[in-house]
Amino acid sequence: MTMIFGVPTAALFGQLLLGLINGSFYAMLSLGLAVIFGLLNIINFTHGAQYMMGAFASWMLLNYLGIGYWPALILAPLIVGATGIILERLLISRLYNLDHLYGLLLTFGVGLIIQGLFRNQYGVSGLPYGIPSQLTGGQNLGFMFMPNYRGWVVVASLIVCLATWFIIEKTRLGAYLRAATENPTLVQAFGINVPLMITLTYGAGVALAAFAGVLAAPIYSVNPNMGADLIIVVFAVVVIGGMGSILGSIITGFALGLVEGLTKVFYPEASSTVIFVIMVLVLLVKPAGLFGRTA
Amino acid sequence: MAEAALATRPGAARATAPLLKVEGLEAWYGESHVLHGMSFDVRQGEVITLLGRNGAGKTTTMKSIIGIMGKRTGSIVFDGTETIKMPSRLIAKLGVAFVPEERGIFSSLSVIENLMLPPQIKPGGLSLDQIYDLFPNLKERSGSQGTKLSGGEQQMLSIARILRTGAKFLLLDEPTEGLAPVIIQQIGATIQRLKNDGFTIILVEQNFRFAQTVADRHYVVEQGRIIDMIPNEEMDASVDKLHRYLGV
Repeated sequence: MTMIFGVPTAALFGQLLLGLINGSFYAMLSLGLAVIFGLLNIINFTHGAQYMMGAFASWMLLNYLGIGYWPALILAPLIVGATGIILERLLISRLYNLDHLYGLLLTFGVGLIIQGLFRNQYGVSGLPYGIPSQLTGGQNLGFMFMPNYRGWVVVASLIVCLATWFIIEKTRLGAYLRAATENPTLVQAFGINVPLMITLTYGAGVALAAFAGVLAAPIYSVNPNMGADLIIVVFAVVVIGGMGSILGSIITGFALGLVEGLTKVFYPEASSTVIFVIMVLVLLVKPAGLFGRTA
Repeated sequence: MAEAALATRPGAARATAPLLKVEGLEAWYGESHVLHGMSFDVRQGEVITLLGRNGAGKTTTMKSIIGIMGKRTGSIVFDGTETIKMPSRLIAKLGVAFVPEERGIFSSLSVIENLMLPPQIKPGGLSLDQIYDLFPNLKERSGSQGTKLSGGEQQMLSIARILRTGAKFLLLDEPTEGLAPVIIQQIGATIQRLKNDGFTIILVEQNFRFAQTVADRHYVVEQGRIIDMIPNEEMDASVDKLHRYLGV
């Protein structure tokens, strides 16, 4: 068997792929958090629950309405994004003039309520959601076996991340967003409807989380706690990348997924803590995060 | 006498009602009461200045007109519309444009993105080519980060971007502050040109020598009120009075 650094290549690449998949989810989720934090100044602790809702929405679409994976990939983010818009209009919008802490507590509380409701209805054992038939099976890449669905997750998440980056950094709408992030009062004084933009941005950030949830449904079991487990790591990723940086959260998400995968190969005992250790080190050296702007 | 002088100006004669009429305007920053019943008006095509010491309430008056002061009462009628309760984005759509004292150039936007940011509100705004004619520096530096420009260039960018929108009523808050004399001249020439093109402008200035070169009338602001109005023709005769008002 081929070995690299005393490790079988298949195991190494297997873990790297796993890391890349985890990284895809870290990137999509931290990207949504970054977009929301940038414009709303709200640390959206409901994000994990909204990711879970995305997975549940696709499960419900399939089991109650017979709508499959591909339409769900569009529909679930729209549905969950709409609930985000309602949440922003009803509750979050009342907190913009208050300290960050209020937004954090509110979104954390809402997240717990949503999780509780789903737990009550569906239990915690997890519901199965099959891989779409077009993506079953896998490819033998020579050095490793690559399940098709996992490859698709990495590609889809890269596309979504890059599309989000492109919209924000390269389009006119993105220029509005960036300007409103810096100085909402002045942007409003130019005749732009900033409150509407804020609401839609929250909806888009939530839809991004739900999209990740749909992608996750066939890999992880659809479970009310799936978001809560993931979101803690995602927040560490956001802290490392720097709150509010778009490209930073994408790069950091994928990179930390890979670091986690490598740690599983070389020092498995540390694999669940490595991200937090990196977070501590980054905070010591660059408190604003690797890509963060110091305010 | 002032009336007679104004009547000879284009626009002033045919506009019977003022374009902007401010009456009994009061405004607050949180608990602190800054404006105490400002009243003044601006006619179509006029350039007027608000003169006064730091903290007199000049900037607050501008912010109240564009609608970004949190709490304001009284009456601000622009072009026949009462705007005192309107959000700023709707006031902007009536054709009012604001150039803030701190210039408000966005650091996360390039020069061209800054320039293209304010949406067009009415037809008749300057085209990009006309703007580049007026401010050639902006063309050369269109790809730079907005805040990498020099102070003078940032000021020009801040003025240039609202000329695209078609708004014909401009609020310029201390456009010459901290700039070199040659740049001040250029900004003065720009204001003169806008005036000739029929723009109506309120200018906040500390530098009344500069104000005198471009304005028709001068309102003196003290402690949140208008305490005097000096037509530009009488400025030279009023120098002592102005020195007293402005404490220079």
